[in-house]
Amino acid sequence: MALLEVRDLEVEFAMRGARLKALRGVSFDLDAGDRLGIVGESGAGKSMAAYAILNLISEPGRISAGSIAFDGRVLNTLPAEEMRKVRGDRIAMIFQDPMMTLNPVLTVGAQMVECLKTHRTISDGEARALSVQKLREVAIPSPDARFDSYPHELSGGLRQRVVIAIALLLDPAVIIADEPTTALDVTIQAEIMGLMLDLCETRGVSLILITHDIAVVSETTQRMLVMYAGRVVEQGETRGIIARPSHPYTRGLLQALPQRNKPGAELNQIPGSMPTLAELPPGCAFHPRCAYADDTCSGGVPALRTLGKRLVACHHAERLK
Amino acid sequence: METLAFLIRRVGQAVMVMLIISLIGFSIQDNLGDPLRELVGQSVSEAEREALRDRMGLNDPFFVQYARFLGNAVQGDLGTSYFFKKPALEVILRKFPATFELVLAATLIIVLVSVPAGIFCAIKPKHIGARLIMGLSIVGISIPVFLTAIFSIYLFSIELGWMPSFGRGDVVELGWWNTGFLTGDGLEHLVLPAFALSSIMLPLFIRLIRGEMMEVMRTEYVRFAQAKGLHPRRVLFVHALRNTLLPVITVGGVQIGTLIAYTILTETVFQWPGMGFLFLEAVNRVDTPLIIAYIIIVGLIFVITNTIVDLIYTYVNPMVRISGVKG
Ligand SMILES: Nc1ncnc2c1ncn2[C@@H]1O[C@H](COP(=O)(O)OP(=O)(O)OP(=O)(O)O)[C@@H](O)[C@H]1O
Ligand SMILES: [Mg+2]
Repeated sequence: MALLEVRDLEVEFAMRGARLKALRGVSFDLDAGDRLGIVGESGAGKSMAAYAILNLISEPGRISAGSIAFDGRVLNTLPAEEMRKVRGDRIAMIFQDPMMTLNPVLTVGAQMVECLKTHRTISDGEARALSVQKLREVAIPSPDARFDSYPHELSGGLRQRVVIAIALLLDPAVIIADEPTTALDVTIQAEIMGLMLDLCETRGVSLILITHDIAVVSETTQRMLVMYAGRVVEQGETRGIIARPSHPYTRGLLQALPQRNKPGAELNQIPGSMPTLAELPPGCAFHPRCAYADDTCSGGVPALRTLGKRLVACHHAERLK
Repeated sequence: METLAFLIRRVGQAVMVMLIISLIGFSIQDNLGDPLRELVGQSVSEAEREALRDRMGLNDPFFVQYARFLGNAVQGDLGTSYFFKKPALEVILRKFPATFELVLAATLIIVLVSVPAGIFCAIKPKHIGARLIMGLSIVGISIPVFLTAIFSIYLFSIELGWMPSFGRGDVVELGWWNTGFLTGDGLEHLVLPAFALSSIMLPLFIRLIRGEMMEVMRTEYVRFAQAKGLHPRRVLFVHALRNTLLPVITVGGVQIGTLIAYTILTETVFQWPGMGFLFLEAVNRVDTPLIIAYIIIVGLIFVITNTIVDLIYTYVNPMVRISGVKG
């Protein structure tokens, strides 16, 4: 059994009578020590999946179907207090924008110590020592002084290091990183990503890496999930998918990457944009933007089916081979 | 060092505002009848009047007179009340404790009611109680204070006979201060006026706190706090509430200042022997020095509250606080 097993997860929002489905049947496994990438354009439902795992979907949204099993326990039916104990301790999360993630009125140290004290019986002195040590591990200069700093006194890169230190504080089994470097200066993105990957690797922490950037996923993960409009459209081993995408959307994402060997060449962006939940096209949600689309595509939603060693949801997957 | 500079700058601003208020107050003098008529009878001849004017400096240029007024004011001399024949400052300060205690009681009610009510409405927006509070607050905003005051007198004093309807009740003298807080009778008299006065600001504060709280609950740092597995109580009171109360302190502090203006109405309806009541009487009697003294003292209170609010805000908000200085 895998460490984390997500099955047929659905999240819906009750909006003025209508029920909008932000997730429509997402399933995946995460093994201990593994790295899973989730890619897709804005609005694909990547963050929704992350919040759902921690049971942090807020009103008017809710998990309407499916199950999340972690370490043999079903998380989505746990009593609130039991679920709270899992958060931060067993499964930690890193958010996109470190400028917004840390509370502006509390010191870095206070935001670390509170986490330790909530989950462990620990003295003030020990909590401080442990926090400072974690700050040192994420390579923050003069960690003792930074412990007493307020977030606004730190640069964006340092803040994200603090957030990573907080995520690692209690040695969680899983870290979910939701676009951990998107908001950072381009010059330090690789550095922070590298730091996070290293720390997870050396501590054997499993990682779910959520990103827009299929290149990052291809370089860092073993398995990946491509999401579109709340569904998984392709899923499997990262290497295989990157080498030979079976879904036109995955292929589109790959073709949109800047070519290393052809600098200055025009980028091939996928035409159009992700539909909103209220205006999902009938059939395959991607068909209005797809070069392979025909009548079957608007006629029925393609099931996620096995194709070789991977799963793909496309009527014409074979034609891409 | 920088905190000191900030302090000096802020106090400098306060002094500027006071200068403007005093200028306005002083200009009123010329427009409210002839001071001589109040001092000497009709029988005094025109020549004698002119001599008296010269002696009192009333023929001096405006700014010379203003400078003299300012010089006296700084030394605590705001003129002599025509009616009471006593220094205006003394007459007003005698009434200050009554008004202060009324505003203090109203502020307490506002804080004690609006903070829990606002938080409750923000975190349980669909709860029937929250809807009721929000509904009442819309009604509350649109009812003028004197109606609330008169209605509460009618209901609680006349119909039910639970509360005294006017005055301040028994007070205890403590040096130059006098307080109604120390006697049962004094407290009983305080209830209705304090509630009437607080009712003006209560809906505003509940809505303000609710709005801010809802905003803060949607922020990433609250989500991050939840994702850290903190107790909901801690997320609410440590992470959300402090950030909610920051803007509330600024807006709220200014509003509490304006409560003083509303005491004129409340004190009059309840015949509360405070500065507001005194002011209305002074207006009726065209007691110019007293009117001016009131304006200047209320202006001063307003400026002082605002400055204090600013300093508190700076203290609790580390982003405003000058970096490098630890509190
Ligand atoms: N509170 C909400 N009410 C209604 N719909 C919502 C709400 N929050 C999110 N959604 C919708 O859910 C869908 C998935 O959103 P989600 O934030 O998971 O996307 P994402 O893949 O993380 O995108 P991004 O890359 O921009 O972070 C979007 O269509 C979004 O509009
Ligand atoms: Mg997202």
